[in-house]
Amino acid sequence: MKILLPYMKKYMKYAVLCPILMILEVLADIIVPYLMSRIVDVGIVNQDISYIVKIGLIMVAAALVGMLFGIISSYFGAKAGFGFAAEVRQQTFKKIQGFSFANLDEFTVSSLITRLTNDCNTIGQVAMMSLRMAVRAPFLMLFALIMAFRINASLARIFLIAIPITSIIIYFILNKARPLFFKLQTKVDKVNAIIQENLTNIRVVKSFNRQKFEEKKFEDRNNSLRETALKAISIIILFMPILNIIIYSTIISILWFGGQQVIVGTMGSGELVSFITYITQVLMALMMISFFFMQLLRGSASAGRIAEILNTESEIKEINNPTRDLKDGSIKFENVSFIYPSSKENTLNNINFKIKSGETLGIIGSTGSSKSTLVQLIPRLYDVTEGSVIVGGLDVRNYDIKALRDQVAFVLQKNTLFSGTLRENMQWGNENATDEEIIKALKQAQAWEFVSKYDDKLDTKVEQGGSNFSGGQKQRLTIARALMKSPKIIILDDSTSAVDMTTDAKIQKIFKEELHDVTTIIIAQRISSIQHADRILVMHEGRIESFGDHDSLMKNSSIYREIYESQQKGVVGE
Amino acid sequence: MNKHRQLRPKDPKKTLLRLFSYFKFNKMLFIGGILFIIIGSLAEIGANAMLSPIIDALVVYRDMNLFIRYLLVMGLIVVFIAIGLYYGNLFMAKLAQNTVHKIREDMFSHMEKLPVSYFDSHTHGDLMSTFTNDVDMLNQSLEQSVSQIIISVITVVGTFIMMIILSPILTLIVVSMLVIMFLSIKYIGKKSSSNFRNQQLSLAGMNGYIEEMMSGQKVVKVFNYEDRAIGDFNNKNEELRKASTQAATYGVMLMPIMGNLSFVLYALVSMGGAFLVMKNKMSIGNIASFLQYTRTISRPITQVSNQLNTLFAALAGAERIFNVLDEEIEIDQGDVELAKDCTGKNNLCWNVPVSNGEYEQIPLNGAITIKNLDFGYTPEQIVLKNINLYAKPGQKIAFVGSTGAGKTTITNLINRFYEISDGSIEYDGIDIRRIKKYDLRSTMSIVLQDVHLFEGTIADNIRYGRLDATDEEVIEAAKLANAHYFIKHLPQGYDTVLSADGLNLSQGERQLLSIARAAVADPTILILDEATSSVDTRTEKLISEGMDKLMEGRTTFVIAHRLSTVRDSNAIMVLEQGEIIERGNHDDLMKLKGRYYSLNAGTLELD
Repeated sequence: MKILLPYMKKYMKYAVLCPILMILEVLADIIVPYLMSRIVDVGIVNQDISYIVKIGLIMVAAALVGMLFGIISSYFGAKAGFGFAAEVRQQTFKKIQGFSFANLDEFTVSSLITRLTNDCNTIGQVAMMSLRMAVRAPFLMLFALIMAFRINASLARIFLIAIPITSIIIYFILNKARPLFFKLQTKVDKVNAIIQENLTNIRVVKSFNRQKFEEKKFEDRNNSLRETALKAISIIILFMPILNIIIYSTIISILWFGGQQVIVGTMGSGELVSFITYITQVLMALMMISFFFMQLLRGSASAGRIAEILNTESEIKEINNPTRDLKDGSIKFENVSFIYPSSKENTLNNINFKIKSGETLGIIGSTGSSKSTLVQLIPRLYDVTEGSVIVGGLDVRNYDIKALRDQVAFVLQKNTLFSGTLRENMQWGNENATDEEIIKALKQAQAWEFVSKYDDKLDTKVEQGGSNFSGGQKQRLTIARALMKSPKIIILDDSTSAVDMTTDAKIQKIFKEELHDVTTIIIAQRISSIQHADRILVMHEGRIESFGDHDSLMKNSSIYREIYESQQKGVVGE
Repeated sequence: MNKHRQLRPKDPKKTLLRLFSYFKFNKMLFIGGILFIIIGSLAEIGANAMLSPIIDALVVYRDMNLFIRYLLVMGLIVVFIAIGLYYGNLFMAKLAQNTVHKIREDMFSHMEKLPVSYFDSHTHGDLMSTFTNDVDMLNQSLEQSVSQIIISVITVVGTFIMMIILSPILTLIVVSMLVIMFLSIKYIGKKSSSNFRNQQLSLAGMNGYIEEMMSGQKVVKVFNYEDRAIGDFNNKNEELRKASTQAATYGVMLMPIMGNLSFVLYALVSMGGAFLVMKNKMSIGNIASFLQYTRTISRPITQVSNQLNTLFAALAGAERIFNVLDEEIEIDQGDVELAKDCTGKNNLCWNVPVSNGEYEQIPLNGAITIKNLDFGYTPEQIVLKNINLYAKPGQKIAFVGSTGAGKTTITNLINRFYEISDGSIEYDGIDIRRIKKYDLRSTMSIVLQDVHLFEGTIADNIRYGRLDATDEEVIEAAKLANAHYFIKHLPQGYDTVLSADGLNLSQGERQLLSIARAAVADPTILILDEATSSVDTRTEKLISEGMDKLMEGRTTFVIAHRLSTVRDSNAIMVLEQGEIIERGNHDDLMKLKGRYYSLNAGTLELD
């Protein structure tokens, strides 16, 4: 929780005012029982009606003042709490924006979503509650104690026994419950996991007749969840009865010892009554403190998960005075090896090759031969483990990252469009693009032919993830979006797999003719997508199997030949 | 959180009654819990009531013996409070846990019985949220709200009675103050509910945005979109902050308002009481008690009003839970079952009941006949029109055609994920609607394009096809699917634990696993729905031998995007807009120079 405290800064004003006003509210709360004792012991004893009315009105005024402060304080509390949550969310989101691909691989998408939503909300609520309770309870206790000691110091010594006993009991209960609540959370996660799994896998479950099997699995987890929950609860519910025993025991002791003083006449009976009210307040305050600790417990799990994000540093760092301009689009790999942080074996082994600016490079190879990994090193989505990637004559690590990525367009294999209009999606590539520029890119990517048929043209709505477009259409749109950048290098990672051959050929032609000075890298499954490239890399298990043009590879590369033959038997459309 | 989830139940009474029906499994807990809660709260009123005689014994009668006796009685009452509170809460907690446990179990087993169409037409997020948030909310309410409301009602009523006994005049002051309190609760409740709705709306907007951006985060990086994303996020975040602050403000205001109004009440009663004492209409002890009562009567009112929103939300959630439970389950009126030890495939036969309890045995062969089949997911939209085909046992039938042509739909109908409306499908001459679903599906295996794996080891996942498969059979199946090689290279081989849905494997590897899973099941009918689409052509060639072995002797339905997969089929059906427009084997169709031919020449886009 501590690591998040700096984010309260912006709302510090409210975070400070909330408890201060709260103290004023508490003061009003405290004074009321005292005034009541004056009514009984002075007003009634002296039969002084005007005194009673006077004190009574002061009481009402005190309560109203208390209410006013209370309302303002809780308003400030909400402001500070939600402000804090918003600030934490904002900073967490910002941090994620700075994440490298390796960082993103480390956290799953769903865990990032939970952290930004549920965890941030919990933090805000806990902060709000804490602001109120953490201050209110101790002060309530302190003031009530002062009043009690002022009324009757010898009687108030009972607190010296009652408070430590209560604190110890609260401490023990919390201590015992704490690990159980953490355990409970993992049990809940387990139950949720199996539900999620069955939702996505329902067709498999049904086709294999595994309903009973799954129900049994679920039953085990469900039972274990109930068991743990009951264990945790049976400890927590000890709170109230024990607290009640302590409160009433204290009241009885006060009545016993105080009663004797009343009989002797050293204490007013009104004082005794207000004394009892203070006891209740002190012990209630203790209970509030224990609730506060429970809240902290809840918040600390969320805070821990958010801190995990905030403590993650992108390993991709910029040097001082980075270069901003790529001289040209030439690319050279020198002894490049790469290993993913999570894996043990090298993903790329000793890669060496070179292409000139404006050339087209095709990359082909079987699933898992690390084609995507290789091209992701060019715009520094990952950093090499060994060797160097040289773009435009300079190691990529010498460039300003943004400038590098602006000049190297990348069409990802797992690509998405975003909800909004087509125009908005295209403007991802160039914020200030005119409609003419957008249409030009769409034409180059062979997407204008279907976009122009929509009534709304560029204003056509895009659903989340682009779900209202077919696979082939989506691929063409994402290529157009990349072209919007007017890049020096463009990388297409299996980006035309769902596009038919004729259209694919048209795109290739455009790249050759209109975009001939843009260095183009094409990863494909289909030989026809790359066979006319200037150079072709054949990848096999993280190494370059061979490098050359179509004709030489047909002669020298057995893998290339195999792929070629597997696609020739009347099988071209994919 | 979901977009527009209702905050208030539509029919609270019905939902409540149904919820109560769950208590019948725990009658003793329910009755006992309420009993102890009543004991506890009555004892608490009693303890407060004792204050008056105790103080009067001191101040008025100055009788030490009486005082001690009263103190002892009070001590005894306190024991009752503790016992009542403890067991009341314990029983209620157990009741809540048992109820929620049962509801979860019911929901899960009901979910397993729901037809596939349900999952296709509802988002997983919605169902998941019912399972988690709604059940959670219900749990909390059962655990806390129910007992709190009972306690509150008893406390309010009991305290009220005691007040009237002590002083009807002072009670009048209390009542008028309570009316003011109620009015302010109502006012605040009204204010906060519209604010609450605003907050829910901006929260939903925020969550949607987060979901979209996190899913496309890598695209954001590639386009240097970070700063613009931060800006957009900032606006949404600010909006949410304002809405939340506003919604919470009214909520938290309730506490200080109620608390301090009760102090005003306290002051008024003190003044009024003082007058009464002076007129000798009331004793000081009675005032002490009465004042204590004014404190106890306002607390439950605040608490209940605080809980009311939660309670309504919980009931709305319960309503959603019951809606899921009321969903129609899969129809299964089949009377034809599989029988062992006879002459069909895998020594299995269909036991077809004929009149007077007799059975006719038809050997399991794997012949599928589709006759005049029309089908639509909704009555207005026909997906399949007049489909006729016959698959002889052991034949390979392929479906090609663009997305939406109805290829997957046909396979959905063969294993009865969906029910046919017009026409018929016959399995070995028996209408599949007559066959028990369990038995029908136990003779079929399906390999889907989107591979779904389960948490557990690699071996567990392959064994999912047949639970009693031996380790050797599992490895055999993996070899057949060409998965053995990559499995052996995993850190723990076949015992490697897959994270949820096998996220640590590549798409191609997952597909190989699902082929192995289908192989181990040893089905009579095999359905391959884009089973090798994520495997590259070279690897596909490598596994084709295994696939051939897998399909050998089994009736196979193949749906493929990549035409190399379907080339050697006995028959290829070219589907367009739900109709078979071309049929025949590869050579026939190539000669025809129709749709299939142009697909092969690559001049058509399949999507």
